[in-house]
Amino acid sequence: MVAENTTKNLSITLRVWRQAGPNQPGKFVDYQSKDLNPNMSFLEMLDVVNDELTLKGEEPIAFAHDCREGICGTCSCTINGKAHGPGKGIATCQVYMRAFRDGDVITVEPFRATAFPIVKDLITDRSAFDKIQQAGGFITARTGSAPDANALPVPKPDADLAMDAAACIGCGACVAACKNASAMLFVAAKVSHLGLLPQGQAERDQRVLAMVSTMDALGFGNCTNQYECSAACPKLITHDFIARMNRDYLGATLRSAFKPAPLGTGGGAG
Amino acid sequence: MNLVGYLFCSSIGRKIIMAVTGLILIGFVAGHLVGNLQIFQEPDHINGYGQFLHSLGALLWVARLVIIASVVLHIWAATALTLENKKARGTDYGFKHTIQATLASRAMRWTGYIVLAFLLYHLAHFTVGLAQTGTFKENLPHYTMGSDYRVAGFVAVKAGTPEVLDVYNMVVLGFQNPIVSLFYIIAVGLLSVHLLHGIDSLFQTLGLRNAKWSAGLHKIAVVLCLVYFLGNLAIPGAVLAGKLQPRAASVAAAHAK
Ligand code: HEM
Ligand code: SF4
Ligand code: FES
Repeated sequence: MVAENTTKNLSITLRVWRQAGPNQPGKFVDYQSKDLNPNMSFLEMLDVVNDELTLKGEEPIAFAHDCREGICGTCSCTINGKAHGPGKGIATCQVYMRAFRDGDVITVEPFRATAFPIVKDLITDRSAFDKIQQAGGFITARTGSAPDANALPVPKPDADLAMDAAACIGCGACVAACKNASAMLFVAAKVSHLGLLPQGQAERDQRVLAMVSTMDALGFGNCTNQYECSAACPKLITHDFIARMNRDYLGATLRSAFKPAPLGTGGGAG
Repeated sequence: MNLVGYLFCSSIGRKIIMAVTGLILIGFVAGHLVGNLQIFQEPDHINGYGQFLHSLGALLWVARLVIIASVVLHIWAATALTLENKKARGTDYGFKHTIQATLASRAMRWTGYIVLAFLLYHLAHFTVGLAQTGTFKENLPHYTMGSDYRVAGFVAVKAGTPEVLDVYNMVVLGFQNPIVSLFYIIAVGLLSVHLLHGIDSLFQTLGLRNAKWSAGLHKIAVVLCLVYFLGNLAIPGAVLAGKLQPRAASVAAAHAK
Protein backbone atom coordinates (compact mmCIF):
# COMPACT_ATOMS: atom_id res chain seq x y z
CA MET A 1 0.00 0.00 0.00
CA VAL A 2 1.18 3.52 -0.72
CA ALA A 3 0.57 6.18 1.92
CA GLU A 4 -1.90 8.84 0.84
CA ASN A 5 0.47 11.68 1.61
CA THR A 6 2.79 10.42 -1.14
CA THR A 7 0.14 10.15 -3.85
CA LYS A 8 -2.20 13.13 -3.46
CA ASN A 9 -1.10 16.51 -4.77
CA LEU A 10 -1.30 19.37 -2.31
CA SER A 11 -1.81 23.12 -2.27
CA ILE A 12 -0.17 25.35 0.28
CA THR A 13 0.25 28.96 1.32
CA LEU A 14 3.91 29.97 1.57
CA ARG A 15 4.62 32.82 3.98
CA VAL A 16 8.12 33.92 3.03
CA TRP A 17 10.46 36.52 4.49
CA ARG A 18 11.31 38.94 1.69
CA GLN A 19 14.17 41.36 2.17
CA ALA A 20 15.74 43.17 -0.76
CA GLY A 21 19.23 43.35 0.70
CA PRO A 22 21.40 43.72 3.80
CA ASN A 23 20.10 46.29 6.27
CA GLN A 24 16.89 46.72 4.27
CA PRO A 25 13.55 46.33 6.01
CA GLY A 26 12.02 42.87 5.50
CA LYS A 27 8.52 41.48 5.72
CA PHE A 28 6.50 38.31 5.26
CA VAL A 29 4.75 37.89 1.91
CA ASP A 30 2.17 35.18 1.18
CA TYR A 31 2.25 33.09 -2.01
CA GLN A 32 -0.28 30.44 -3.03
CA SER A 33 1.14 27.32 -4.60
CA LYS A 34 -1.29 24.77 -6.05
CA ASP A 35 -1.23 21.17 -7.15
CA LEU A 36 2.25 20.30 -5.90
CA ASN A 37 3.62 16.78 -6.25
CA PRO A 38 4.11 15.54 -2.65
CA ASN A 39 7.34 13.81 -3.63
CA MET A 40 9.11 16.95 -4.75
CA SER A 41 11.60 18.33 -2.31
CA PHE A 42 11.03 21.55 -0.41
CA LEU A 43 13.65 23.31 -2.52
CA GLU A 44 12.02 22.02 -5.75
CA MET A 45 8.78 23.52 -4.49
CA LEU A 46 10.61 26.85 -4.09
CA ASP A 47 11.93 26.40 -7.67
CA VAL A 48 8.35 25.93 -8.91
CA VAL A 49 7.13 28.99 -7.01
CA ASN A 50 10.08 30.98 -8.38
CA ASP A 51 9.28 29.91 -11.97
CA GLU A 52 5.77 31.25 -11.49
CA LEU A 53 7.09 34.48 -9.98
CA THR A 54 9.53 34.92 -12.87
CA LEU A 55 6.77 34.40 -15.45
CA LYS A 56 4.72 37.06 -13.67
CA GLY A 57 7.71 39.38 -13.83
CA GLU A 58 8.24 39.40 -10.06
CA GLU A 59 11.54 38.98 -8.21
CA PRO A 60 12.09 35.28 -7.36
CA ILE A 61 12.72 34.24 -3.76
CA ALA A 62 16.45 34.10 -3.07
CA PHE A 63 17.51 30.98 -1.17
CA ALA A 64 20.85 29.24 -0.68
CA HIS A 65 21.49 25.68 -1.84
CA ASP A 66 24.20 23.62 -3.43
CA CYS A 67 24.45 19.83 -3.10
CA ARG A 68 20.78 19.21 -2.39
CA GLU A 69 21.70 15.95 -0.70
CA GLY A 70 22.46 17.04 2.85
CA ILE A 71 26.24 17.16 2.73
CA CYS A 72 27.33 20.72 1.97
CA GLY A 73 25.49 22.78 4.59
CA THR A 74 24.51 25.55 2.20
CA CYS A 75 20.72 25.33 2.43
CA SER A 76 19.45 27.26 5.40
CA CYS A 77 15.77 27.90 5.88
CA THR A 78 13.83 28.10 9.10
CA ILE A 79 10.57 26.36 8.26
CA ASN A 80 7.69 26.84 10.71
CA GLY A 81 10.12 28.01 13.36
CA LYS A 82 12.46 25.03 13.06
CA ALA A 83 15.87 25.33 11.43
CA HIS A 84 15.88 22.94 8.44
CA GLY A 85 12.17 22.29 8.92
CA PRO A 86 10.30 19.17 10.01
CA GLY A 87 12.11 15.88 10.49
CA LYS A 88 15.13 14.81 12.53
CA GLY A 89 18.67 14.65 11.24
CA ILE A 90 18.02 16.23 7.85
CA ALA A 91 18.83 19.49 6.09
CA THR A 92 16.30 21.73 4.34
CA CYS A 93 17.19 20.11 0.99
CA GLN A 94 16.10 16.72 2.40
CA VAL A 95 12.62 17.91 3.39
CA TYR A 96 9.87 16.62 1.08
CA MET A 97 6.47 18.16 0.50
CA ARG A 98 4.80 15.01 1.85
CA ALA A 99 5.88 16.25 5.28
CA PHE A 100 3.09 18.84 4.96
CA ARG A 101 -0.68 18.64 4.55
CA ASP A 102 -2.95 20.04 1.93
CA GLY A 103 -3.96 23.58 2.89
CA ASP A 104 -1.00 24.19 5.24
CA VAL A 105 0.41 27.64 5.77
CA ILE A 106 4.20 27.23 5.75
CA THR A 107 6.31 30.02 7.22
CA VAL A 108 9.83 30.27 5.78
CA GLU A 109 12.42 32.61 7.29
CA PRO A 110 16.19 32.96 7.17
CA PHE A 111 18.38 31.68 10.03
CA ARG A 112 18.20 34.56 12.49
CA ALA A 113 21.39 35.65 14.22
CA THR A 114 23.22 38.97 14.36
CA ALA A 115 26.41 37.10 13.42
CA PHE A 116 24.67 35.77 10.25
CA PRO A 117 23.51 38.99 8.53
CA ILE A 118 20.86 38.60 5.85
CA VAL A 119 22.15 38.98 2.30
CA LYS A 120 18.77 38.71 0.62
CA ASP A 121 15.43 37.03 1.43
CA LEU A 122 16.38 33.63 2.87
CA ILE A 123 20.13 33.89 2.27
CA THR A 124 22.41 34.67 5.20
CA ASP A 125 26.12 35.37 5.30
CA ARG A 126 27.58 32.61 7.47
CA SER A 127 31.22 33.48 6.92
CA ALA A 128 31.48 34.06 10.68
CA PHE A 129 31.93 30.27 10.87
CA ASP A 130 34.93 30.53 8.53
CA LYS A 131 36.51 33.08 10.86
CA ILE A 132 36.09 30.71 13.80
CA GLN A 133 37.68 27.91 11.76
CA GLN A 134 40.57 30.16 10.79
CA ALA A 135 41.20 30.90 14.46
CA GLY A 136 42.05 27.27 15.26
CA GLY A 137 40.11 24.69 13.31
CA PHE A 138 43.22 23.22 11.73
CA ILE A 139 46.45 21.42 12.53
CA THR A 140 49.88 22.68 11.55
CA ALA A 141 51.38 20.02 9.29
CA ARG A 142 54.22 19.63 6.83
CA THR A 143 53.02 19.97 3.27
CA GLY A 144 54.31 17.69 0.55
CA SER A 145 53.58 14.07 -0.11
CA ALA A 146 50.78 12.47 1.90
CA PRO A 147 51.95 10.63 5.05
CA ASP A 148 51.76 6.86 5.13
CA ALA A 149 48.33 5.59 6.01
CA ASN A 150 48.16 4.34 9.60
CA ALA A 151 51.60 5.74 10.40
CA LEU A 152 49.96 7.28 13.44
CA PRO A 153 47.72 4.72 15.10
CA VAL A 154 44.39 6.05 16.43
CA PRO A 155 42.32 3.91 18.80
CA LYS A 156 39.09 2.89 17.09
CA PRO A 157 36.71 4.47 19.67
CA ASP A 158 38.58 7.79 19.37
CA ALA A 159 38.48 7.63 15.59
CA ASP A 160 34.74 6.91 15.66
CA LEU A 161 34.05 9.76 18.07
CA ALA A 162 36.20 12.15 16.05
CA MET A 163 34.25 11.11 12.94
CA ASP A 164 30.96 11.86 14.74
CA ALA A 165 32.22 15.38 15.41
CA ALA A 166 33.65 15.72 11.91
CA ALA A 167 30.20 15.02 10.46
CA CYS A 168 29.35 18.69 11.10
CA ILE A 169 28.65 20.37 7.75
CA GLY A 170 28.86 23.90 9.13
CA CYS A 171 25.30 24.76 8.17
CA GLY A 172 24.58 27.04 11.14
CA ALA A 173 21.28 25.41 12.11
CA CYS A 174 22.53 25.09 15.68
CA VAL A 175 22.86 28.88 15.86
CA ALA A 176 19.47 29.36 14.24
CA ALA A 177 17.75 26.93 16.61
CA CYS A 178 19.48 28.10 19.80
CA LYS A 179 17.33 30.41 21.94
CA ASN A 180 20.45 32.59 22.31
CA ALA A 181 21.92 32.25 18.80
CA SER A 182 24.94 30.52 20.34
CA ALA A 183 27.47 28.73 18.13
CA MET A 184 28.58 26.32 20.86
CA LEU A 185 27.56 23.13 19.03
CA PHE A 186 29.44 24.04 15.86
CA VAL A 187 32.54 25.17 17.75
CA ALA A 188 32.38 22.12 20.03
CA ALA A 189 32.21 19.84 17.00
CA LYS A 190 35.23 21.49 15.40
CA VAL A 191 37.23 21.62 18.65
CA SER A 192 36.46 17.97 19.44
CA HIS A 193 37.06 16.61 15.97
CA LEU A 194 40.73 17.64 16.09
CA GLY A 195 41.14 17.46 19.85
CA LEU A 196 40.26 13.76 19.88
CA LEU A 197 43.01 12.83 17.44
CA PRO A 198 46.76 12.57 18.11
CA GLN A 199 47.45 15.06 15.30
CA GLY A 200 45.39 17.66 17.13
CA GLN A 201 47.20 17.52 20.47
CA ALA A 202 50.01 20.04 19.94
CA GLU A 203 47.62 22.91 19.36
CA ARG A 204 44.76 21.60 21.50
CA ASP A 205 44.72 24.25 24.26
CA GLN A 206 45.47 27.11 21.95
CA ARG A 207 42.73 25.88 19.58
CA VAL A 208 39.91 25.83 22.12
CA LEU A 209 40.90 29.19 23.62
CA ALA A 210 41.22 30.91 20.23
CA MET A 211 38.08 29.44 18.70
CA VAL A 212 35.94 30.33 21.74
CA SER A 213 37.38 33.87 21.85
CA THR A 214 36.62 34.35 18.16
CA MET A 215 33.12 32.95 18.61
CA ASP A 216 32.50 35.46 21.42
CA ALA A 217 33.97 38.37 19.47
CA LEU A 218 31.73 37.67 16.46
CA GLY A 219 28.60 38.28 18.54
CA PHE A 220 27.19 34.80 18.94
CA GLY A 221 25.14 34.27 22.11
CA ASN A 222 25.90 32.17 25.17
CA CYS A 223 24.80 28.61 25.78
CA THR A 224 22.02 27.96 28.32
CA ASN A 225 22.17 24.17 28.03
CA GLN A 226 18.72 23.78 26.51
CA TYR A 227 19.93 21.57 23.63
CA GLU A 228 17.77 23.04 20.89
CA CYS A 229 20.96 22.91 18.77
CA SER A 230 21.50 19.17 18.78
CA ALA A 231 17.78 18.61 18.22
CA ALA A 232 17.88 20.73 15.05
CA CYS A 233 21.29 19.57 13.77
CA PRO A 234 20.99 17.76 10.43
CA LYS A 235 23.97 15.60 11.38
CA LEU A 236 22.71 14.92 14.93
CA ILE A 237 25.92 16.23 16.47
CA THR A 238 25.46 15.61 20.19
CA HIS A 239 25.67 18.30 22.86
CA ASP A 240 27.99 15.95 24.73
CA PHE A 241 30.64 17.67 22.61
CA ILE A 242 29.67 20.97 24.27
CA ALA A 243 30.31 19.45 27.71
CA ARG A 244 33.61 18.15 26.35
CA MET A 245 34.54 21.60 25.06
CA ASN A 246 33.62 23.22 28.40
CA ARG A 247 35.95 20.76 30.12
CA ASP A 248 38.66 21.38 27.55
CA TYR A 249 38.30 25.14 27.91
CA LEU A 250 38.52 25.08 31.70
CA GLY A 251 41.58 22.83 31.50
CA ALA A 252 43.20 25.01 28.86
CA THR A 253 42.73 28.23 30.86
CA LEU A 254 44.31 26.61 33.92
CA ARG A 255 47.15 25.02 31.94
CA SER A 256 47.92 28.24 30.10
CA ALA A 257 47.96 30.18 33.37
CA PHE A 258 50.43 27.81 35.05
CA LYS A 259 52.55 26.86 32.06
CA PRO A 260 56.29 27.26 32.71
CA ALA A 261 57.89 29.78 30.35
CA PRO A 262 60.70 28.56 28.10
CA LEU A 263 64.16 29.92 28.92
CA GLY A 264 64.59 31.25 25.42
CA THR A 265 68.23 30.13 25.16
CA GLY A 266 67.70 29.02 21.63
CA GLY A 267 68.25 25.32 22.11
CA GLY A 268 68.89 23.05 19.19
CA ALA A 269 72.24 22.67 17.51
CA GLY A 270 73.01 26.40 17.44
CA MET B 1 44.35 36.77 27.98
CA ASN B 2 45.07 35.62 31.55
CA LEU B 3 43.05 33.37 33.84
CA VAL B 4 40.87 36.19 35.19
CA GLY B 5 40.23 37.47 31.69
CA TYR B 6 39.21 34.02 30.43
CA LEU B 7 36.84 33.54 33.37
CA PHE B 8 35.23 36.97 33.49
CA CYS B 9 35.14 37.95 29.81
CA SER B 10 34.46 34.80 27.80
CA SER B 11 31.11 33.11 27.34
CA ILE B 12 32.22 29.78 28.81
CA GLY B 13 34.14 31.51 31.63
CA ARG B 14 31.10 33.42 32.80
CA LYS B 15 29.01 30.25 32.55
CA ILE B 16 31.56 28.55 34.80
CA ILE B 17 31.27 31.43 37.27
CA MET B 18 27.50 31.00 37.21
CA ALA B 19 27.78 27.23 37.74
CA VAL B 20 30.29 27.47 40.60
CA THR B 21 28.41 30.25 42.40
CA GLY B 22 25.17 28.34 41.77
CA LEU B 23 26.73 25.28 43.39
CA ILE B 24 27.84 27.34 46.42
CA LEU B 25 24.31 28.73 46.71
CA ILE B 26 22.81 25.23 46.46
CA GLY B 27 25.09 24.17 49.32
CA PHE B 28 23.91 27.15 51.30
CA VAL B 29 20.17 26.72 50.70
CA ALA B 30 20.40 22.98 51.45
CA GLY B 31 22.29 23.58 54.72
CA HIS B 32 19.92 26.41 55.60
CA LEU B 33 16.92 24.11 55.16
CA VAL B 34 18.42 21.37 57.33
CA GLY B 35 19.09 23.96 60.05
CA ASN B 36 15.57 25.35 59.80
CA LEU B 37 13.92 21.95 60.04
CA GLN B 38 15.06 21.93 63.70
CA ILE B 39 11.93 23.98 64.29
CA PHE B 40 10.09 20.66 64.49
CA GLN B 41 12.06 19.84 67.64
CA GLU B 42 11.96 21.65 70.98
CA PRO B 43 12.65 25.44 70.75
CA ASP B 44 16.02 24.74 72.44
CA HIS B 45 17.22 23.37 69.08
CA ILE B 46 16.54 26.20 66.66
CA ASN B 47 17.21 28.88 69.27
CA GLY B 48 20.43 27.17 70.31
CA TYR B 49 21.37 26.87 66.63
CA GLY B 50 20.85 30.61 66.14
CA GLN B 51 22.88 31.38 69.24
CA PHE B 52 25.64 29.04 68.05
CA LEU B 53 25.85 30.71 64.60
CA HIS B 54 26.07 34.17 66.18
CA SER B 55 28.77 32.97 68.55
CA LEU B 56 30.96 32.20 65.53
CA GLY B 57 31.54 35.94 65.07
CA ALA B 58 34.14 36.51 62.34
CA LEU B 59 33.60 33.04 60.89
CA LEU B 60 29.91 33.82 60.38
CA TRP B 61 30.92 36.93 58.47
CA VAL B 62 33.28 34.97 56.25
CA ALA B 63 30.42 32.63 55.35
CA ARG B 64 28.11 35.58 54.75
CA LEU B 65 30.63 37.30 52.50
CA VAL B 66 31.10 34.14 50.43
CA ILE B 67 27.33 33.89 49.99
CA ILE B 68 26.92 37.57 49.16
CA ALA B 69 29.77 37.40 46.64
CA SER B 70 28.20 34.30 45.10
CA VAL B 71 24.81 35.98 44.73
CA VAL B 72 26.36 39.10 43.21
CA LEU B 73 28.55 37.16 40.75
CA HIS B 74 25.74 34.77 39.83
CA ILE B 75 23.33 37.57 39.03
CA TRP B 76 25.98 39.64 37.28
CA ALA B 77 26.88 36.71 35.01
CA ALA B 78 23.23 35.84 34.38
CA THR B 79 22.37 39.43 33.46
CA ALA B 80 25.44 40.06 31.31
CA LEU B 81 24.97 36.82 29.36
CA THR B 82 21.22 37.41 28.93
CA LEU B 83 21.77 40.89 27.50
CA GLU B 84 24.30 39.49 25.00
CA ASN B 85 21.91 36.71 24.08
CA LYS B 86 19.15 39.17 23.22
CA LYS B 87 21.57 41.07 21.00
CA ALA B 88 22.83 37.88 19.35
CA ARG B 89 19.41 36.99 17.97
CA GLY B 90 18.72 40.45 16.53
CA THR B 91 15.41 40.20 14.69
CA ASP B 92 13.11 37.72 16.37
CA TYR B 93 11.54 34.80 14.51
CA GLY B 94 8.09 35.47 13.07
CA PHE B 95 7.14 31.88 13.82
CA LYS B 96 8.31 30.84 17.27
CA HIS B 97 8.91 27.18 17.96
CA THR B 98 10.63 25.18 20.68
CA ILE B 99 11.84 21.67 19.88
CA GLN B 100 12.71 20.34 23.31
CA ALA B 101 13.86 23.03 25.75
CA THR B 102 12.11 22.50 29.09
CA LEU B 103 9.81 25.07 30.68
CA ALA B 104 12.17 25.27 33.68
CA SER B 105 15.10 26.12 31.40
CA ARG B 106 13.14 28.82 29.59
CA ALA B 107 11.94 30.40 32.83
CA MET B 108 15.41 30.74 34.43
CA ARG B 109 15.41 34.55 34.35
CA TRP B 110 11.90 34.83 35.76
CA THR B 111 12.44 32.30 38.51
CA GLY B 112 15.87 33.82 39.24
CA TYR B 113 14.74 37.42 39.61
CA ILE B 114 11.68 36.50 41.69
CA VAL B 115 13.93 34.45 43.97
CA LEU B 116 16.16 37.53 44.28
CA ALA B 117 13.17 39.65 45.33
CA PHE B 118 12.29 36.98 47.86
CA LEU B 119 15.86 36.88 49.12
CA LEU B 120 15.76 40.61 49.88
CA TYR B 121 12.41 40.30 51.66
CA HIS B 122 13.66 37.29 53.59
CA LEU B 123 16.68 39.23 54.88
CA ALA B 124 14.46 42.16 55.82
CA HIS B 125 12.15 39.76 57.61
CA PHE B 126 14.32 37.43 59.68
CA THR B 127 17.81 39.00 59.63
CA VAL B 128 17.29 42.77 59.82
CA GLY B 129 13.73 42.99 61.12
CA LEU B 130 12.37 45.60 58.70
CA ALA B 131 9.29 43.50 57.88
CA GLN B 132 6.99 42.25 60.67
CA THR B 133 9.07 44.25 63.16
CA GLY B 134 6.69 43.48 66.04
CA THR B 135 7.60 39.80 66.07
CA PHE B 136 11.29 40.29 65.14
CA LYS B 137 13.61 38.25 67.38
CA GLU B 138 15.18 41.36 68.98
CA ASN B 139 11.74 42.58 70.01
CA LEU B 140 10.46 39.33 71.48
CA PRO B 141 11.13 38.40 75.13
CA HIS B 142 14.50 36.66 75.24
CA TYR B 143 14.75 32.93 75.70
CA THR B 144 16.56 30.87 78.32
CA MET B 145 17.96 27.52 77.13
CA GLY B 146 16.24 24.55 78.80
CA SER B 147 18.88 22.03 77.73
CA ASP B 148 22.31 21.90 76.08
CA TYR B 149 22.54 22.55 72.32
CA ARG B 150 25.13 20.24 70.80
CA VAL B 151 27.00 20.52 67.50
CA ALA B 152 28.75 17.32 66.41
CA GLY B 153 28.53 16.02 69.97
CA PHE B 154 30.11 19.08 71.60
CA VAL B 155 28.07 21.39 73.77
CA ALA B 156 27.79 24.64 71.80
CA VAL B 157 25.23 26.43 73.96
CA LYS B 158 24.83 25.43 77.61
CA ALA B 159 21.52 24.74 79.34
CA GLY B 160 20.41 27.78 81.29
CA THR B 161 22.05 30.30 78.92
CA PRO B 162 19.87 33.43 79.24
CA GLU B 163 19.25 36.20 76.72
CA VAL B 164 19.00 33.87 73.70
CA LEU B 165 17.08 35.32 70.74
CA ASP B 166 13.74 33.55 70.29
CA VAL B 167 13.98 32.42 66.66
CA TYR B 168 11.34 29.78 67.24
CA ASN B 169 8.59 32.24 68.11
CA MET B 170 9.67 34.73 65.46
CA VAL B 171 9.26 32.14 62.72
CA VAL B 172 6.00 30.70 64.02
CA LEU B 173 4.41 34.12 64.59
CA GLY B 174 5.66 35.36 61.20
CA PHE B 175 4.19 32.43 59.30
CA GLN B 176 0.83 32.82 61.03
CA ASN B 177 0.28 35.56 58.47
CA PRO B 178 -1.07 33.57 55.49
CA ILE B 179 0.15 36.16 52.95
CA VAL B 180 3.72 35.94 54.24
CA SER B 181 3.52 32.15 54.25
CA LEU B 182 2.11 32.03 50.74
CA PHE B 183 4.89 34.28 49.46
CA TYR B 184 7.47 31.94 51.02
CA ILE B 185 5.86 28.87 49.55
CA ILE B 186 5.65 30.38 46.05
CA ALA B 187 9.23 31.64 46.25
CA VAL B 188 10.73 28.31 47.31
CA GLY B 189 8.59 26.64 44.65
CA LEU B 190 10.12 28.90 42.01
CA LEU B 191 13.59 28.33 43.45
CA SER B 192 12.98 24.58 43.14
CA VAL B 193 12.03 25.06 39.48
CA HIS B 194 15.17 27.19 39.02
CA LEU B 195 17.26 24.41 40.49
CA LEU B 196 15.56 21.78 38.34
CA HIS B 197 17.35 23.22 35.32
CA GLY B 198 20.20 24.66 37.37
CA ILE B 199 21.46 21.31 38.70
CA ASP B 200 21.26 19.69 35.26
CA SER B 201 22.89 22.71 33.70
CA LEU B 202 25.80 23.04 36.08
CA PHE B 203 27.09 19.55 35.29
CA GLN B 204 27.02 20.36 31.58
CA THR B 205 28.74 23.71 32.13
CA LEU B 206 31.51 22.12 34.17
CA GLY B 207 31.85 19.41 31.54
CA LEU B 208 30.85 16.61 33.88
CA ARG B 209 28.07 15.16 31.80
CA ASN B 210 27.40 12.98 28.77
CA ALA B 211 24.60 10.81 27.37
CA LYS B 212 25.49 8.00 29.77
CA TRP B 213 25.15 10.23 32.84
CA SER B 214 22.41 12.61 31.78
CA ALA B 215 19.34 10.50 32.64
CA GLY B 216 20.72 9.68 36.08
CA LEU B 217 21.74 13.27 36.75
CA HIS B 218 18.30 14.48 35.74
CA LYS B 219 16.63 12.03 38.13
CA ILE B 220 18.88 13.21 40.94
CA ALA B 221 17.97 16.83 40.12
CA VAL B 222 14.24 16.05 40.18
CA VAL B 223 14.46 14.22 43.52
CA LEU B 224 16.63 16.93 45.13
CA CYS B 225 14.28 19.69 43.99
CA LEU B 226 11.21 17.83 45.20
CA VAL B 227 12.75 17.10 48.60
CA TYR B 228 13.92 20.70 48.84
CA PHE B 229 10.47 22.03 48.03
CA LEU B 230 8.63 19.70 50.42
CA GLY B 231 11.11 20.43 53.21
CA ASN B 232 10.53 24.14 52.79
CA LEU B 233 6.78 23.74 52.45
CA ALA B 234 6.67 21.87 55.77
CA ILE B 235 7.54 24.89 57.93
CA PRO B 236 4.91 27.48 56.88
CA GLY B 237 2.56 24.56 56.13
CA ALA B 238 2.78 23.28 59.71
CA VAL B 239 2.27 26.78 61.12
CA LEU B 240 -0.80 27.43 58.95
CA ALA B 241 -2.20 23.99 59.83
CA GLY B 242 -1.78 24.84 63.51
CA LYS B 243 0.73 22.04 64.11
CA LEU B 244 3.43 24.50 65.22
CA GLN B 245 2.23 26.83 67.97
CA PRO B 246 4.07 29.73 69.58
CA ARG B 247 5.03 29.34 73.21
CA ALA B 248 2.47 31.14 75.35
CA ALA B 249 4.68 33.64 77.20
CA SER B 250 6.11 35.19 74.08
CA VAL B 251 2.75 35.44 72.36
CA ALA B 252 1.34 37.38 75.24
CA ALA B 253 4.35 39.68 75.17
CA ALA B 254 4.11 40.18 71.41
CA HIS B 255 0.47 41.07 71.57
CA ALA B 256 1.09 43.41 74.46
CA LYS B 257 3.44 45.55 72.33
C1 HEM C 1 19.53 30.92 46.07
C2 HEM C 1 19.57 31.39 44.89
C3 HEM C 1 20.05 30.69 43.62
C4 HEM C 1 20.58 29.43 43.41
C5 HEM C 1 20.84 28.36 44.42
C6 HEM C 1 20.85 29.33 41.97
C7 HEM C 1 21.40 28.23 41.34
C8 HEM C 1 21.71 28.15 39.99
C9 HEM C 1 22.42 27.10 39.35
C10 HEM C 1 23.00 25.88 40.03
C11 HEM C 1 22.51 27.39 38.02
C12 HEM C 1 23.17 26.57 36.92
C13 HEM C 1 24.49 27.16 36.47
C14 HEM C 1 24.82 26.84 35.04
O1 HEM C 1 25.39 25.79 34.78
O2 HEM C 1 24.52 27.65 34.18
C15 HEM C 1 21.83 28.62 37.81
C16 HEM C 1 21.69 29.23 36.60
C17 HEM C 1 21.10 30.45 36.40
N1 HEM C 1 20.61 31.29 37.38
FE1 HEM C 1 20.54 30.88 39.35
N2 HEM C 1 20.48 30.49 41.35
C18 HEM C 1 19.99 31.35 42.33
C19 HEM C 1 19.52 32.62 42.15
C20 HEM C 1 19.44 33.26 40.93
C21 HEM C 1 19.02 34.60 40.78
C22 HEM C 1 18.64 35.55 41.90
C23 HEM C 1 19.04 34.85 39.46
C24 HEM C 1 18.63 36.18 38.90
C25 HEM C 1 18.85 36.57 37.74
C26 HEM C 1 19.47 33.66 38.76
C27 HEM C 1 19.57 33.50 37.38
C28 HEM C 1 20.11 32.40 36.75
C29 HEM C 1 20.25 32.26 35.33
C30 HEM C 1 19.80 33.23 34.26
C31 HEM C 1 20.88 31.03 35.10
C32 HEM C 1 21.33 30.48 33.77
C33 HEM C 1 20.44 29.45 33.30
C34 HEM C 1 20.93 28.76 32.09
O3 HEM C 1 22.12 28.73 31.80
O4 HEM C 1 20.04 28.24 31.41
N3 HEM C 1 19.71 32.70 39.70
N4 HEM C 1 21.35 29.08 39.03
S1 SF4 D 1 26.75 21.32 14.56
FE1 SF4 D 1 25.05 20.53 13.26
S2 SF4 D 1 23.67 22.31 13.09
FE2 SF4 D 1 25.64 23.12 13.81
S3 SF4 D 1 26.74 23.73 11.97
FE3 SF4 D 1 27.38 21.61 12.40
S4 SF4 D 1 25.95 20.35 11.20
FE4 SF4 D 1 25.03 22.40 11.27
S1 FES E 1 22.01 22.00 -0.16
FE1 FES E 1 23.78 20.97 0.59
S2 FES E 1 23.11 20.39 2.57
FE2 FES E 1 21.29 21.19 1.72
